[in-house]
Amino acid sequence: MAQGVLVFAEQVHGSFRKIAYEAVSEARRLADTLGERVTAVVLGSGVDGIAGELGKYGADKILVGDDPALADYTTDAYTNVLFDFVKDNDPGILLLGASSQGKDLSARLAARLEVGLAMDCIALRLDGEKLIATRPMYGGKVLAEVVLEGIPQMSAIRPNVMEIVEAARSGDVEMVAINTGVVKTRVVEKRVETASRVDLTEADVIVSGGRGMGGPDFSLLEELAEVLGGTVGASRSAVDEGWRPHSDQVGQTGKVVTPNLYIACGISGAIQHLAGMGSSKYIVAINKDQEAPIFKKADFGIVEDLFKAVPAIMDELKKLKG
Amino acid sequence: MDIVVLLKQVPDTETLIQIADDKASIRTEDVKWVINPYDEFAVEEALRIKEKHGGKVTILTMGPERAVESIRTALAMGADEGVLIDDPAAQGSDALGTAKVLTAALKETGYDLVIAGQRAVDDDGYQVPAAVAELLGIAQVSMVIKEEITDGKIRCERTIEGGTVVVETHLPAIFTTQRGINEPRYASLPGIMKAKKKPLVKKTLADLGVDPGEAGEARAKCRVKNLSFPPERSPGRIIEGETVEARAAELVRLLREEAKVI
Ligand SMILES: Cc1cc2nc3c(=O)[nH]c(=O)nc-3n(C[C@H](O)[C@H](O)[C@H](O)COP(=O)(O)OP(=O)(O)OC[C@H]3O[C@@H](n4cnc5c(N)ncnc54)[C@H](O)[C@@H]3O)c2cc1C
Ligand SMILES: Nc1ncnc2c1ncn2[C@@H]1O[C@H](COP(=O)(O)O)[C@@H](O)[C@H]1O
Repeated sequence: MAQGVLVFAEQVHGSFRKIAYEAVSEARRLADTLGERVTAVVLGSGVDGIAGELGKYGADKILVGDDPALADYTTDAYTNVLFDFVKDNDPGILLLGASSQGKDLSARLAARLEVGLAMDCIALRLDGEKLIATRPMYGGKVLAEVVLEGIPQMSAIRPNVMEIVEAARSGDVEMVAINTGVVKTRVVEKRVETASRVDLTEADVIVSGGRGMGGPDFSLLEELAEVLGGTVGASRSAVDEGWRPHSDQVGQTGKVVTPNLYIACGISGAIQHLAGMGSSKYIVAINKDQEAPIFKKADFGIVEDLFKAVPAIMDELKKLKG
Repeated sequence: MDIVVLLKQVPDTETLIQIADDKASIRTEDVKWVINPYDEFAVEEALRIKEKHGGKVTILTMGPERAVESIRTALAMGADEGVLIDDPAAQGSDALGTAKVLTAALKETGYDLVIAGQRAVDDDGYQVPAAVAELLGIAQVSMVIKEEITDGKIRCERTIEGGTVVVETHLPAIFTTQRGINEPRYASLPGIMKAKKKPLVKKTLADLGVDPGEAGEARAKCRVKNLSFPPERSPGRIIEGETVEARAAELVRLLREEAKVI
């Protein structure tokens, strides 16, 4: 009979992404409720050394598929291999992270397993053995509780939402021989734009600029982000103006972000922008127009020219940090 | 080259969403329906590929009668043909059910390249294109911002966290769009006139040889049980103070002491 929680732990270049710890922690929480075990799966090349780390977040067992053919993520190879792991382990629940890799992989795998998949979930709970997943729809305007048919019950969780909990398990690591099967795609090039920078979807602090920035010079926001250990984002207007790359766009047609702190500078707060950042824990708005809709969503607002307010905030932060 | 765009009609992003009495769906009165924004990118990219390599662009939609309007818009942009699968038995399909229906239609239209949106902004599902790819047994590349086709191969640049990767695969394949891939054109007046004469066929599940038991609500493996509104954010506090310095200091204090986020 299907049992236990199987969790896919995403790594890049030999280190786990934050979402991997979030997913394993969440798997642990569900497994504890069910009185079952957590098995984590790590795929990649040269990843045997890091696999044991997952024990710290609650994995009872860590299965490692280590193969040069898994060095780069391809949908085909990863789906083929993970499918075999699922078949061999017969879990009751299967969790992944809804990162760009996780969305691609989970969707293909769910179709192959012919099971339901709750994508981009922000909360999971159990009703007996039944998984009930909460996921935003309509750009976060509503929250849906969904139930799943088929085994395993499958969910991909939104990055930066679920808590990372240390649970000190031994985490036995087991190497598993894998077969990548037929692979039709090949990675021919990788371009890392921002190696030193935390991606918006994983950032704890985001400082975003909009049309109110008045031009491509975002150095003020870069500085503020730097002091706060955060990342810079943008509204679509700022992207459309060519001031920032598309990858910085937050919103309905950009990234959905969930930082602890989101500081919107010179952003009016259009509904499509809110769709991307509305579930941030704390929102600060700096806008010179007190009627700007962003103030209705912000926990704290400063009605002021951002070119005056941001330097003043910087000065205050510098005082604190000495 | 036969290019098929999977196009879904969704509520305009400005729409005020209201939950229906069944608590599991939304009220569809007063909704303005538009082409899913990502599918608009898909139509534009299909037209550009056709302009470069020749071929035919077919718009494929599963949805109710009103979706004809969105298909016509895509035809007015320059697509050649439209197919609408309109069948009450398909209503309430989940991603897999939708993919089964679309796949059956794709087998009829033929395809060298299928282009879809990375997600539909109604269910925010991110699933249908992958399921279609799986059922057709072809490669999928998601979140593409640039593509190039040569000698039956397609090279796609896709966005990932903190960068991009370039992936290559053989046609037939499916890829999904990401903002940045293009700026969709507007339908021109002559385009709108021409669109009226372009073929737009309607099909039922029976026409496609799909067993109604394969799709629709009853067969859905992912089902919405309950919809609710997210908790309202409490109205914000505008920080008062004589000088900008005083207000900045108060903000920093609040973030440290109350919110404890810095
Ligand atoms: C289908 C669709 C999808 C969309 N997707 C997105 C999306 O993903 N993300 C997104 O952001 N938008 C999206 N939009 C666009 C959205 O509707 C808004 O147009 C956009 O968010 C506005 O950006 P903005 O707030 O920077 O600009 P504006 O609305 O022009 O606001 C600029 C603000 O800056 C303030 N300001 C100006 N100068 C200063 C100053 N010196 N100091 C302080 N404040 C100043 C002004 O008071 C104003 O409130 C989408 C729209 C559509 C139709
Ligand atoms: N009913 C449908 N008809 C045609 N295409 C669809 C339909 N549903 C989803 N799609 C395609 O799949 C993409 C992703 O949808 P989803 O998986 O629902 O987020 C959309 O952008 C469309 O390209």
